[in-house]
Amino acid sequence: MSPFTLTLIKLAFLAVLWLFVIAAVGVIRADLFGSKAASKAASRASQPRPPRAARQPKPPRPQRSAQQGAPTKLVVVQGERAGTVIDLTGVPITIGRANDATLVVTDDYASSRHARLYAQDGQWIVEDLGSTNGTYLGRTKVSRPMPIPPGVPVRIGKTVIELRK
Amino acid sequence: MHQLGEQIRSRLPYQRRNAASLALLIFAMVLTLSAFAEVGLARDGSIPGGLFVYGGGLVVLALIAYFVQAKFTPYADPLLLPLAVALNGIGLAMIYRLDLDTSADRKAAAAAGKKLLADAADAPSQLMWTFVGIGLFVAAVLIMRDTDKTDAPVSFTPKTAQRYTYLIGLTAVILLLLPIVPGIGQQINGARVWISVGPFSVQPGEFAKILLVVFFAGYLVNKRQAMSLIGKKVGPFSLPRGRDLGPIMVIWFFCLGVLFLQKDLGTALLFFGLFVSMLYIATQRISWVVIGVGLLAFGVFISTLLPFMGHVNQRIDIWLNPKPYFDGGCLLESGKVVPVNPNTEIYEKYDTEGSVSPGFTACAELGGEYADSAQLMKGLFSLAEGGVLGTGFGQGEPWRTPLSFSDFIFDSIGEELGLTGLMALLLIYALIVQRGMKTAVAARDPFLKLFAGGVSFVVALQVFVIVGGVTRLIPLTGLTTPFLSQGGSSLMANWILIAILVRMSHDARKPAPQAIQDEGMTQIVSTR
Repeated sequence: MSPFTLTLIKLAFLAVLWLFVIAAVGVIRADLFGSKAASKAASRASQPRPPRAARQPKPPRPQRSAQQGAPTKLVVVQGERAGTVIDLTGVPITIGRANDATLVVTDDYASSRHARLYAQDGQWIVEDLGSTNGTYLGRTKVSRPMPIPPGVPVRIGKTVIELRK
Repeated sequence: MHQLGEQIRSRLPYQRRNAASLALLIFAMVLTLSAFAEVGLARDGSIPGGLFVYGGGLVVLALIAYFVQAKFTPYADPLLLPLAVALNGIGLAMIYRLDLDTSADRKAAAAAGKKLLADAADAPSQLMWTFVGIGLFVAAVLIMRDTDKTDAPVSFTPKTAQRYTYLIGLTAVILLLLPIVPGIGQQINGARVWISVGPFSVQPGEFAKILLVVFFAGYLVNKRQAMSLIGKKVGPFSLPRGRDLGPIMVIWFFCLGVLFLQKDLGTALLFFGLFVSMLYIATQRISWVVIGVGLLAFGVFISTLLPFMGHVNQRIDIWLNPKPYFDGGCLLESGKVVPVNPNTEIYEKYDTEGSVSPGFTACAELGGEYADSAQLMKGLFSLAEGGVLGTGFGQGEPWRTPLSFSDFIFDSIGEELGLTGLMALLLIYALIVQRGMKTAVAARDPFLKLFAGGVSFVVALQVFVIVGGVTRLIPLTGLTTPFLSQGGSSLMANWILIAILVRMSHDARKPAPQAIQDEGMTQIVSTR
């Protein structure tokens, strides 16, 4: 073996070693952010609450300009699932005790399909879906779709959520 | 501690990643086989026979392990098994490569009628221990059940261990103390960490570390609330109550005992660091870390003042200033170091026919403590020889370092793969630790959280202590490099450790049982 060939072999081995490490990191990366194949598999297997599996027709997309200052996340501030954060991406969010809700609350005072949140013209609207105990925006009962100002609590049974920037 | 796991689980439905696991495993095998091939091509210009025996053996074992993992723990973390196989394979290739050189020495020694070297690189036995290790991995994955399967008549889950917390703690202490029992214990290279069981030397400390993790986890699950909530606030820290300091003091005294009696700084550092880190995981209070580091520094400081701590003192002296000890040096009472290497007059005076170790005799005559830094320095030379890209597998001379196949295997690999290769290996360790920590975060049960966190921390700390030691970052202590070093105890303990993590990650990542769609009646809020 000529020294040149051996040097090539040496470099090739180091390259394989690093490729292995990079491949391993790639697997974790898919674990964190989800690869395309993995997210397809997820929607096929009808995971408990994939945010994109909304049944209702999509509301019109919010305008770019109106999005300035729009809330970006939904935070559960009280109740069983306090601390849960859901990113607001424009798709509607359903809340209730049913398994197919975006935010499943284990709360005896909530209905299966309790309330729905959707974006319209850069504002988030809360709509009561005919729940038993009603949905409250601040202290007012939600009887028709109402826009949610940021920081105002929305009460569903014993669960309280808030929209934050 | 609980909320974070809930949050991550609610946002991340985990998938089975068996395909990714298999692909990485095949990649790890390619890596191992190409390491063997490179050794052969560099030495003889042909593919060596060892490729088929050792590489083939490892491939078969790893595939068996994969199928057991895919069948019985399908949601397990995809990375743990391939990473462990890659490390084990590279270690095996390195030992095979060292064996080719040292076995020639041994044959020459046998032909000359001289005494055979007691420890030398031994690839066949390392393959056998790999076989045993992966066998234990398979057995452990098969025996352990998921934590929710408690209805089976015999259900042994990682959580079962919580019931026997104190019994396991006692077993760990006994295992740690066994080497100092006369008759069973053996002193090798200045440290009493071995026991002889029949024809084998076993390092019980390797197994004790897993048992200690279980004990700490079981203990801290019960006590963490008191330890994390009660206390006075002083400045930025909240100090714990005096009586909550009890356990950390007990562990501290115990580790000092290990340090004094077994003269093993590495083990003491490993166990104390493990306890402090688990205390931190359990309580999330930084004050425990500050207290722990303070106690450790204080303990090491007083141990340097004690007269009978010559061995530990000397290791620190060698660490700071290894040159005079090369090939033999003598630390006198006054703190002066007299070289007694073969080039000195005093060595020649005692170098008579039949004397076993003239340097040692000469030093005893001078009334000092003998030590040899040749290992450490030769290890550093071999790292320097390797440089950034290394000499290439099979093209360096790493066998010149004593114990190049066990304690110093990291330096040996550094010579042949260079800094580039060592960084990749350290990243592989970091990934194993990260996957363990991820398992801890995802676990549902506080005991399992602490168990997984502790197990991954013990790997991290062990790698730090030994790699830091051989690269002269910290004083050298004899710990094994997980999966790389030659030695059965270490391989077996580490494979069991990976099996526990695999089972726990499957348990944590599998989807929760689907609730029945009937949620029951909604209770009506009384508006009275």
